[in-house]
Amino acid sequence: MIVKRPPLTILERLYVPAILNGFAVTIRHFFQKSVTMQYPEQKWTVPDGYRGAPYLVKDQEGRTKCVSCQLCEFVCPPKAIKIIPPGPTPNPATGNVEKLPREFEINMLRCIFCGYCQEVCPEEAIFLMKDYSLTGSSRKEMIYNKEKLLELGGTLPDQTQKWKRKEQEAVAQGVNH
Amino acid sequence: MTEHQQFLLFSLVKIACVIAVLMPMIAYAVVAERRISAFIQNRIGPNRVGPLGLLQPLADGVKFILKEDFTPDHVRKAYFWLAPAITMIPAFMTIAVIPFGSSLTAGGQKMVIADLNVGILYTFGIVSLGVYGIVLAGYASNSKYPFLGGIRSSSQMISYEIAMGMSVIPVFMLVGDLNLSSVVGYQAGGFHRWLILRAPLSFAIFMVAAFAETNRLPFDLPESEQELVGGYHTEYSSMKFALFFMGEYANMIAASAMMVTLFLGGWSLPMFGLDHPAASIGLGLVQIGVFLAKMLVLMVVFIWVRWMWPRFRYDQLMDLGWRRFIPLALANIFLYATVLWLKA
Repeated sequence: MIVKRPPLTILERLYVPAILNGFAVTIRHFFQKSVTMQYPEQKWTVPDGYRGAPYLVKDQEGRTKCVSCQLCEFVCPPKAIKIIPPGPTPNPATGNVEKLPREFEINMLRCIFCGYCQEVCPEEAIFLMKDYSLTGSSRKEMIYNKEKLLELGGTLPDQTQKWKRKEQEAVAQGVNH
Repeated sequence: MTEHQQFLLFSLVKIACVIAVLMPMIAYAVVAERRISAFIQNRIGPNRVGPLGLLQPLADGVKFILKEDFTPDHVRKAYFWLAPAITMIPAFMTIAVIPFGSSLTAGGQKMVIADLNVGILYTFGIVSLGVYGIVLAGYASNSKYPFLGGIRSSSQMISYEIAMGMSVIPVFMLVGDLNLSSVVGYQAGGFHRWLILRAPLSFAIFMVAAFAETNRLPFDLPESEQELVGGYHTEYSSMKFALFFMGEYANMIAASAMMVTLFLGGWSLPMFGLDHPAASIGLGLVQIGVFLAKMLVLMVVFIWVRWMWPRFRYDQLMDLGWRRFIPLALANIFLYATVLWLKA
């Protein structure tokens, strides 16, 4: 369809009505409420399911859920996660081989908040939380270690408690552990 | 003290006072620009430095001074250094002939730095110099965008100077004098004597030409960001850039002062006996206040217009200057000449 451009009327060509209209529009906006959010003082409410910084969580019994399977380290696209597993030496206190990672580091400068680590984690140990503005005064400071990640992650009540159930089953079946 | 010494002393005091008022005015014009633009765009604008953001100029100044003053390798050094100063100085020189008040004592010193009997001719002479700063900046930068900006600015300013000069001729035909104090004197004695009402077309043309002369939107083609990066000041940084920036606002202030003097009655106000040269220091200061208030209104209009209109296309700008305003100004002169001739 061809739309004909209508010829300008004398009034339009004079430009004056457009000028006055412009004044009206700008003065109306001048007295409107500003939409600016004054950021550090005012913050938007972060919606549920927001993908912020990934942190490690504990279950309601205060146990670290991560078992050093290193799936997140493997899947992490920018290679932001570094895990040092505890190794095959048994823990003398329990006689069991420890699963808890010796060190767990996330380089927040590399992290792209994609959420693959949370998706891949078989233990539901790592979650993307609502923090979006991480700051630090050095690169080193931006590499979060296990303690910091656990502290920031806090406790997330676990509905399933897989390992507790397995332990109960083992006890019920009379398996020595 | 001889008369010469007295003249020298009073002139120096007046210059010092005018500069002391002018520099903060430039600084706060920038803040006003940022705040008003913010309000027009439903934003808040700079409000962090000091109460209501009023110390913003201080922070800006510190920032500009601390920035690296970088001189690119390919520029023509002498002109490159000269250009910012040449933009700034004409604006200050225009202020010299503006009568910003009557006097502070009965029959005392006139509140104008130089009471020239050819004030307006001097002004136009100086305003024409303003273009050199921008042209030099464009030429000295020795790169394409500043060069284009400089060329645009020279043709734009030359075109609009003609319309501007012709638009004020009816004013002087009515007043019968080129002295700006006489122009203010003519306008004293009632709103109906103000030249904005006696020569409205002159005012309209002068105002539009003033926008073009100060490179303000809708005529800011010399620095149109979208096409020319930053126009003539692309290669400038630090305090040299700040000088261009301040020059623009100094030009705005000079243009507003000129319009107030020529068309809006200068320091006079046909109320509360402010129409005659003041006999006491109080009234004298009030008249200076009246002048500044009128100027402030025009400044706000300058700023307001900038955040309202889109830029003209270059051929439209030239068309408007040469084919609309110059004939209109000529017709205006002819009209006033005929009327005055018939009345005489």
